[in-house]
Amino acid sequence: MSRKLRKAFPAHIWLQRHAQVALSSLGRLSRNPLSSLMTCAVIGIALALPVGLHVMLHNLQQISGSWESGASISVFLKQRVSDEEASALAEKLRRHQRIQEVQLITRHDALKEFQRQSGFADALQALDYNPLPNLLFIQPKTDFTTPEKAQQLVRELRLLPEAEIVQLDLQWVRRLQAITIIAQRGVVVLTALLSMAVLLIVGNTIRLEIQNRRTEIEITKLIGATNAFIRRPFLYTGFWYGLFGGLIAWSLVAVSISLLSGPVATLAQLYQSGFDLSNLDAETALTLLGGSSLLGLLGSWLAVGRHLSAIQPS
Amino acid sequence: MIHFDNVSKRYPGGHTGLSQVNLRIAPEEMVFLTGHSGAGKSTLLKLIGLLERSSGGQVHVNGRNLTRLKNRQIPYHRREVGMIFQDHRLLFDRTVFDNVALPLVVSGLGHKEIGRRVRAALDKVGLLYKERAEPVTLSGGEQQRVGIARAVVSKPPLVLADEPTGNLDPELSQEIMDLFSDFNQVGVTLLIASHDIALIRGMNKRILTLSNGALVADSKTEGRDVT
Repeated sequence: MSRKLRKAFPAHIWLQRHAQVALSSLGRLSRNPLSSLMTCAVIGIALALPVGLHVMLHNLQQISGSWESGASISVFLKQRVSDEEASALAEKLRRHQRIQEVQLITRHDALKEFQRQSGFADALQALDYNPLPNLLFIQPKTDFTTPEKAQQLVRELRLLPEAEIVQLDLQWVRRLQAITIIAQRGVVVLTALLSMAVLLIVGNTIRLEIQNRRTEIEITKLIGATNAFIRRPFLYTGFWYGLFGGLIAWSLVAVSISLLSGPVATLAQLYQSGFDLSNLDAETALTLLGGSSLLGLLGSWLAVGRHLSAIQPS
Repeated sequence: MIHFDNVSKRYPGGHTGLSQVNLRIAPEEMVFLTGHSGAGKSTLLKLIGLLERSSGGQVHVNGRNLTRLKNRQIPYHRREVGMIFQDHRLLFDRTVFDNVALPLVVSGLGHKEIGRRVRAALDKVGLLYKERAEPVTLSGGEQQRVGIARAVVSKPPLVLADEPTGNLDPELSQEIMDLFSDFNQVGVTLLIASHDIALIRGMNKRILTLSNGALVADSKTEGRDVT
């Protein structure tokens, strides 16, 4: 009959052991600062790419979101509609329950504006009639500015006998949104691929580490170390690689965004927008650090699982 | 303590390590194992420490059937068997203290207890003043004594030694043997493989002789049949 071999550790010794192993594996990394830093930097660069793209996309969504809420509808009236009829129609639409504001831009005003801005003043003088239509510029009530509801209003306005063309100034916003969704998918795919790259980087680094410490592993096994005991320092090493890689990725993204934010603010000003490029928020940053640590842990777990059992004392 | 029943070990490729070995070693015995090189001394020790498994027969150590022990239980078995090697097998990136402490760290002892026991073991082998030294700075005899301190620090009931004096001059070898005798005095079972016949004869203990993997002589049963 075999006696019970396994003895449980007291909890405080278990914790003490973990803290000690965590620190000693950190110390081991700091003894080879250059090679440790290079491994972390590779992880950092690999992760900075998807995270940076994610932040840029997030900003883009914010821009398109703020424009979307300002959806307005342009109703170009038919040529035969007179100024008086247009003005009456505008008055009628002002009472519409879904419409906040109607601005009538008469063909006369439009021509003057066009002459002033286009530089075709002379050419326009040559025309014996005004080719421009009357325009009603409609701002829906705030409850009706979502794309679906604005679209409903557009359908209603198209039924007006006076209307020639009804245009929702949202088309490009929707296109942008569609592109953003594709880009988001792209970021997901990229994240998956580069996460796998990180797994392989950590796995390979740990594999080399295991080979370098082969004698040590053999001797510790001889003395009665369990696989868990031998695995532990390598898992912590992987964890540290991941965490520091994540920190490097974070700082790379933060620096890049702050480099871009000046020129972006200038551009936004040219568009009369107060848009400000937002940097990595706390949630994304924490996800990045948690995810990278987890990847490091997982990468070393894979390497350790594959290579540790192959080392047996003789 | 050690109990071999018809134990054989064949290696892949047909080489025979041990064939049909029957053996009883009682607790608190001190036994020498001798024979020409390749006779199976190391194989026999490896089967006891479960560095290798037998290909036939039953091995019992300390009341435990090793043939049935699962791989994940091997570490716990090894903690009860102190092993000493000809090449010492020390970790050269750690101090003497840390080398000796390793078995205690592995079995999860607290900090204070480790310090107390490591110093006691180093004191026993006469190297307490070297506890902060790196193993490379020690002589061969001193390194072997560190190896011995490591093997006994967790107070295992059984200690195995494979050519512990292989690289040492006669005087140092005798010192090591005296150390083993001291451990045996306090109740440790020892099995020591050595080809230094003169040295082990002088110890006046039971001697097992292996030849080509078979047990050919046992000084305890001299004159009787050994199968």
